[in-house]
Amino acid sequence: MTGPAIQALLSHWRTHPLQLVTLLTGIALATCLWSAVQAINAEARASYARASAQLATGQLDELRNPGGYITLEQYAELRLAGWQVAAVLEGPLRVGNRRVRLMGVDMLAYPALPAITEIEQGTSPPDPSEVLTAPGRLLMSPDLVHLFLSADRFPPVIESTALPPDLVLTDIGVAERLLNRSGQISRLVILPQQPRALPPLASIAPGLQRIAPSAQMDTAQLTDSFHLNLTAFGLLSFAVGLFIVHGTVGLAFAQRRGMIRTLRALGLPLRRLVWLILGELLSIALIGGLLGLALGYILAAALLPDVAATLRGLYGAPIDGQMSLRPQWIAAGLAMTLFGTLAASGHALWRLSRMPILAGPGLQAWGSQNSARLTGVIGLGLIAAGIVLSFSAKGLLAGFGLLAGLLTGAALTLPFLLSTILNLFARQARSPVSQWIWADMRAQLPGLSLALMALLLALATNIGVGTMVSSFRLTFTGWLDQRLTSELYVTAKDDAQAAQITAWLSPQVSAVLPIRSTELAHETGPLFLYGIIDDDTYRQHWPLIAQGPDVWNHVLQRGAVLINEQLARRADLWPGDTMTITPGHTLPIAGVYSDYGNPTGQAIVAMPMLEEITPGTATRRFGIRITPERASDLAQSLRDQFDLPPAAVVHQAAMKAQSLAIFEKTFVVTSALNVLTLGVAGFAILTSLLTLWTQRLPQVAPVWALGLTRAQLARFELVRSVLLAALTACLALPLGLVLAWVLLTVVNVQAFGWRLPMHLFPGDWLVLLLLTLLAAFLAASLPAWRLLRLPPAALLRVFADER
Amino acid sequence: MLLSIDHVRKSYPGGRPVLNDVSLTLDQGQTLALTGESGSGKSTLLHLTAALDGFDAGEITLDGRPLSPLDDTGRSALRRDCLALIFQQFNLIPSLTVAQNLSIHARLANRSDPGWLTHLTERLGLTDLQDRYPESLSGGQQQRVAIGRAMAMRPKLLLADEPTGNLDETASAVVLDLMLSLVVDTGAALLLVTHSHEIAARLDRHAHLSGGQIV
Repeated sequence: MTGPAIQALLSHWRTHPLQLVTLLTGIALATCLWSAVQAINAEARASYARASAQLATGQLDELRNPGGYITLEQYAELRLAGWQVAAVLEGPLRVGNRRVRLMGVDMLAYPALPAITEIEQGTSPPDPSEVLTAPGRLLMSPDLVHLFLSADRFPPVIESTALPPDLVLTDIGVAERLLNRSGQISRLVILPQQPRALPPLASIAPGLQRIAPSAQMDTAQLTDSFHLNLTAFGLLSFAVGLFIVHGTVGLAFAQRRGMIRTLRALGLPLRRLVWLILGELLSIALIGGLLGLALGYILAAALLPDVAATLRGLYGAPIDGQMSLRPQWIAAGLAMTLFGTLAASGHALWRLSRMPILAGPGLQAWGSQNSARLTGVIGLGLIAAGIVLSFSAKGLLAGFGLLAGLLTGAALTLPFLLSTILNLFARQARSPVSQWIWADMRAQLPGLSLALMALLLALATNIGVGTMVSSFRLTFTGWLDQRLTSELYVTAKDDAQAAQITAWLSPQVSAVLPIRSTELAHETGPLFLYGIIDDDTYRQHWPLIAQGPDVWNHVLQRGAVLINEQLARRADLWPGDTMTITPGHTLPIAGVYSDYGNPTGQAIVAMPMLEEITPGTATRRFGIRITPERASDLAQSLRDQFDLPPAAVVHQAAMKAQSLAIFEKTFVVTSALNVLTLGVAGFAILTSLLTLWTQRLPQVAPVWALGLTRAQLARFELVRSVLLAALTACLALPLGLVLAWVLLTVVNVQAFGWRLPMHLFPGDWLVLLLLTLLAAFLAASLPAWRLLRLPPAALLRVFADER
Repeated sequence: MLLSIDHVRKSYPGGRPVLNDVSLTLDQGQTLALTGESGSGKSTLLHLTAALDGFDAGEITLDGRPLSPLDDTGRSALRRDCLALIFQQFNLIPSLTVAQNLSIHARLANRSDPGWLTHLTERLGLTDLQDRYPESLSGGQQQRVAIGRAMAMRPKLLLADEPTGNLDETASAVVLDLMLSLVVDTGAALLLVTHSHEIAARLDRHAHLSGGQIV
């Protein structure tokens, strides 16, 4: 009994191959976008986990000095008292144009560091005496080796895959020299094996703070918001893809009602039939899911290098750009596909299981005027729920809750809104043809609703994300002009050369602005403290977003501090508040400045204050103010005079270009998902129109018989599609702007720590509208062309069939 | 007795009774024409007999099995194994070929008989049409396929609802002749709903429904 039933069910797809392709495409597209995002996230998280395991990050208790660095004396006292601790000195190291993280470990005290153990167990382990004695060795992943080999100031390099990307591991003595931080220790790792009866820490090192692994901020936590952002976009694309699945399955079921009734009349039990159709759906979902996974893998592999660059640039996250195929990713992707397909088909399957055997074989379009009203009410409820959630919840959840409520709610209200608008137009119509056109559009609305909802979501997302990215670009470009005011940026090899360069430059340039900073451990996380000298460059250009009175004199002469926006929002510190930089240094906050692209806290004090807080901080980088025409000549002179490599003297324009390139990469994934989602929505309209074509003949045949030509009918097909798309686009505009506002004021603040002003870009909207109309025109072209070429006999058959 | 309809009542929600205390019987090999005005309940009685719908009171017994206690699975089994239906609208499966449509009921009932199917196909004049799809056939040809599908599983009872209602005079005559001859050959009983007294006159017995009752 099962065999012939399966044969009959499957025969539908043979006679409706386009429908099958549509269904598979919908499933594949939904799976592709979702699984690509998941693959990227999984790859990134695996990289974080690998790096944490290799460096034992977040596994052991640590000692830190909230006031800055730990001294060698404190370290020695602890060791003498019996405490098994290992010193770690960390800091950024610039090699050419690339910034890597240098980690120096006291390898005598901590030989069991997992990465070291793994290297020692490799095929060609390094000689320990070479690693521990001068000049030492630098251990790094293969992708960094070429950087260090081309520079001659570094010790020999040992290549190993046991280390995370962008990290160089070495003995602490080597790190001290390379970071120019002699006698400084960033943190002490408390090793697992400790002798009994140790003296309490408070008595030996009272200034140090013991931090449990759970309290240590790791990369995975830092990047959580970024990954959540990606997941949200992936989910949106998944939902848009499922609109196609829902529409196609609904139509396929409607078209098979006659077959189903016949099969039941021939003795196939309903339960068996439902199981068979469920099996058929799951099989199609499996094929579509596998296709989608393959596409998703390709997409993820294409996007991962940019995402990795963004994560490295934004968070210093140790992530490599290589994709690997993970069984759990395949399983989770397929599970999501099956779940999504069942969710999208559930309604049709439920209706099938309740369908009386004597039900008519006619097609039933999705929804009626009454159901449009009902879904409209549900939509309004969802919008209200989103708003309530945004007030009652906190953080990113509130932002995404509001977005989900707004988007789904607006999508559900769309059919009712369109129906109301079409009613208004219909009332104005006078000629019989125009009356028919409006009435026909209303009649077609239920069948097109799902595709139009998908279009609304895609357009609103496009407008929202486009406005966010363009606002960011505009703000960021202006911000770069304010921040990168020096014409040249120079990096010296060491302190001595830095002093020589300063002395050489001073008589011939407008100003030499030292860039001096130190990394401190603050209660809000790592804090980079910068010192500045009194110069008009800062007073006139620095991008302050909040300030107290007489801000610059306050900072430069009266010991106040400026903090970046991320720190201000994270710790809720604003002008008028005070901030404890280190014990004994509680400074009033004079202002807050924007600091895009930086995930960590940053503060600026006057140079003497920096010297007081952390004496002896090196100054190896400078900004040079000079008339722009002289910049190139001076750059060349600097290189010649001090034998500096090209990368050590950088023009302002090059810095800006580099920063903008990093910025563009930050949004490359969201932009790609955005475009793909719009593509999926366009495809949804095309498939809806093509599938609705099967119902069109009985509707147009009577009008044809009354005297309208096929050419006129074909033109009306195009007008109908374009007009509905235009109305949807008009409704998508306010929704998109609300979306942009939420992204800029809620999601970005939570995900990245900065809030951006919202700018409007009507030119972009116009382009998007034209693209939408073009897509709707193209989507309707095929049905219109078919109608134009339809032989009169086919139209006549409608009347014969109705006899 | 193959079929017994015993004091059956049927009404639809909110409406007056469609069938009101209807009783009739049919023996193996007998043919019975059921006539009546539109809305008299002919098709409803046919649907109840085919276990496609439930009745409010009374009992229908087919091949010794009362229908009222049967659930969907039991009713499906009865339709699959015991009876066959021919509809006015043919109700062929449009995505299956003529050959596949012809064999589907027999295959569902696990009663395939290639020899008998070949004989039927030839007798119904469908040999050259086997690879075609229903939409390319005329009404008469489609109804011949429907008859072939019904007879391929050698039903004990054939239920036909206005089988010639959609056909012209010539095609009607051909279809009716074929159907009646096959019923005789297979020994099946036939319950045929029709408006036509001429067709009714060709069957063994004749019952007339009016106002939901046999008169």
